[in-house]
Amino acid sequence: MKSNYRIILAGNPNVGKSTVFNALTGLKQHTGNWSGKTVELASGSFRHNNCNFLLEDLPGTYSLISNSPEEDVARDAILFENPDLILIVADATCLTRNLILLLQIMEITPKVALCVNLMDEANRKHICLDLQKLSSLLGIPVLGISAQKRSDIRNLKEFISSVVAGKTSISSISPVRYPSPIEDAICKISPTLPNADFSALQKRFLSLHLLETRKSLPPSFSSLPPPVLSSIEQVVTEAKQTLFRQDISEIRIHDLIAESLFSRSRWITEQCISLSKTNTTTPSAIDRLLTSRWFGIPIMLLFLGLLLWITVSGANYPSSWLMQFFLWLKPYFASCLTFLSLPPFLILLLTDGVYQTVTWVTAVMLPPMLIFFPLFTLLEDLGFLPRLAFNLDRSFQRFGSCGKQALTMCMGLGCNAVGVTGCRIISEKKERFASMITNGFIPCNGRFSLLITLSTLFIGTLFPQNLGSVISTLFLLFLISCSVLLTLFVTGLLTRLWSKTLSAPFSLELPPFRRPKVMQIFIRSLLDRTFHVLLRALRVSVPAGALIWLLANVEVQQTSLLSFFSFFLDPFGKFLGMDGMILLAFLLALPANEIFLPILLMGYLSSGTMIEPANLLTLKEIFVSQGWTILTAINVMMFSLLHFPCATTLLTIKKESGSFLWTVYGFLIPTATAIFVCMITTGCWTLFHILF
Amino acid sequence: MLYHTLADLPLTRTAIISSLSIQGDLRRRIQDLGFSPGNTVTALFRSPLGDPTAYRVFDTVIALRKKEAKHIGITILEKEDLS
Repeated sequence: MKSNYRIILAGNPNVGKSTVFNALTGLKQHTGNWSGKTVELASGSFRHNNCNFLLEDLPGTYSLISNSPEEDVARDAILFENPDLILIVADATCLTRNLILLLQIMEITPKVALCVNLMDEANRKHICLDLQKLSSLLGIPVLGISAQKRSDIRNLKEFISSVVAGKTSISSISPVRYPSPIEDAICKISPTLPNADFSALQKRFLSLHLLETRKSLPPSFSSLPPPVLSSIEQVVTEAKQTLFRQDISEIRIHDLIAESLFSRSRWITEQCISLSKTNTTTPSAIDRLLTSRWFGIPIMLLFLGLLLWITVSGANYPSSWLMQFFLWLKPYFASCLTFLSLPPFLILLLTDGVYQTVTWVTAVMLPPMLIFFPLFTLLEDLGFLPRLAFNLDRSFQRFGSCGKQALTMCMGLGCNAVGVTGCRIISEKKERFASMITNGFIPCNGRFSLLITLSTLFIGTLFPQNLGSVISTLFLLFLISCSVLLTLFVTGLLTRLWSKTLSAPFSLELPPFRRPKVMQIFIRSLLDRTFHVLLRALRVSVPAGALIWLLANVEVQQTSLLSFFSFFLDPFGKFLGMDGMILLAFLLALPANEIFLPILLMGYLSSGTMIEPANLLTLKEIFVSQGWTILTAINVMMFSLLHFPCATTLLTIKKESGSFLWTVYGFLIPTATAIFVCMITTGCWTLFHILF
Repeated sequence: MLYHTLADLPLTRTAIISSLSIQGDLRRRIQDLGFSPGNTVTALFRSPLGDPTAYRVFDTVIALRKKEAKHIGITILEKEDLS
């Protein structure tokens, strides 16, 4: 028995494969209750019986017929990585579908075992599976588990261990027999493939592959010497011609193969399953409610509104506590630096600049994210999100996109960087890129607080007390609607300008509502999204803090650089209905939108460091004394809503798109929109004033 | 027995897929999802905006847009055919 084994985990999307992976390896990895989540390969390991098992989690695929990057990755890994075992994870409640992938994999390699997950769900639905029979029909070891039960995971480790050690016998039955014309064709093509490079099973699979003229051929095939390749091609062409003469066109070949797989799969399932009569023609009550004609969308919007409200109101106190804490800590930090005998200039830079910025960003960013993301992940796990995409798809179609963009927009409410990462779920490239670029239009948590502040101060105060708060809330809703409309509009423009290729078919799996594990959600969202994003933001905040301090404290001709630049930007600022200092603050708030207000105050009050206003009313006084009008406030809100995304988001766009050009677009397009909208508002306002 | 496309399948009715009239990658993608000749499909519910529609195929619920559904030829089963 070896001491190291390599295992590959494969299976359909949404079967709990990643839950199994997490449970086996203890690695916290992101999973959500809907398909298309795991796009990258994840690896981990576990020890059992003094052996090391290296585990690789493949993206979920329905079949190995390459159609998307995920399926390519999965297929190549299975074909050519030569693992010690391929463990297929299947969903006990829909075995037939899951068996199709299993059968395809069994066509390639005999080292396969099946893990039937979600047995508890099956029990709840009164689905009874005879796993022994399944095992004998398939000729491979089978184990049934519920990934959420620890004892089952222990069993699974023992199962894997005994399978790789050869303790459970694996009989290699040829899993699927195709109609005889196709089998004949396979017999003709197989021998042409060199024995040295491929095993018998791999040859069979490749022959099928070649018969169907599937687009992407595995690299080990395309790297064969040209004469070998051309002789293979010749045989393939002849085989296809023979089939054509028997009235089997190329399309028909694929159909026959698919039909054989489906019918074999169905047959095997029927032998092993017994279920009490369940009504499968009507949707569940929750589905009926969430997608109902009149209530569906309003209910969903209500949930989202609730999510936002909880985030905003819940985050206030923790934010101020954190700020007070950091303020308390500051002198100690300063004394540490003095202890290190650093020059005073540097100490001031580090405390008033870097420390101030970093702690500010943390205090303002962390609490909302800690509330938003777990709640959001909860909605995700409940299966709410795919239904949202389902409901809104049609409106998004009109703008050249799809319902999945709605989800990325919701994620953007928490943090635009997370929204951009979420765009992975959109399979069509042009739609994905358009969504990434326009995600910044949706106000993230950081900008939300600014919008609330300004709306309350400048719009709400125009009206008496209670009416004022209602009006300012309505104005906020108006702003969000503007964001959404602009997002759709710009997405439509972008997708239309892109090449006119046919879009990939839209399909969305709507998983059943599964009971979420709350603790797991909290931990996962914490590590995955919150800390990840925060770390990225902090990385940018350190140099930014230093820069801001320098600008505020380095003097040129008796004025700080900050005032100097704001003076320079003033004409353009006024043109947009704002002023130079505001524009400068926006520019300097590139690392994190949260620091916009502190920088602005620092500039207005000519202080050497960022400060927090004592209360809202003093804030208003400061603004008014600097010449702010309602127009200024509106423009600032509009600009904040629409301008370039924060540095973290831009970096994320770069990472996700892999293109520098698109990152530049991601900066320019929102900014251009913001400038344009501000010009329009200012123009209209001035016109209005002139006329009346 | 009625011959139609999947786009015509009324809600809560079941049908057997008889043909596919799209080619290439789209065809394979649709088949991979289970919409292949010989398989049973049930229309469950529709989006409040009218499109897409959720179909049950092989015990999974998959949403398809009308523009893809109309390429899938079906034979609608009468309610009595379902035993």
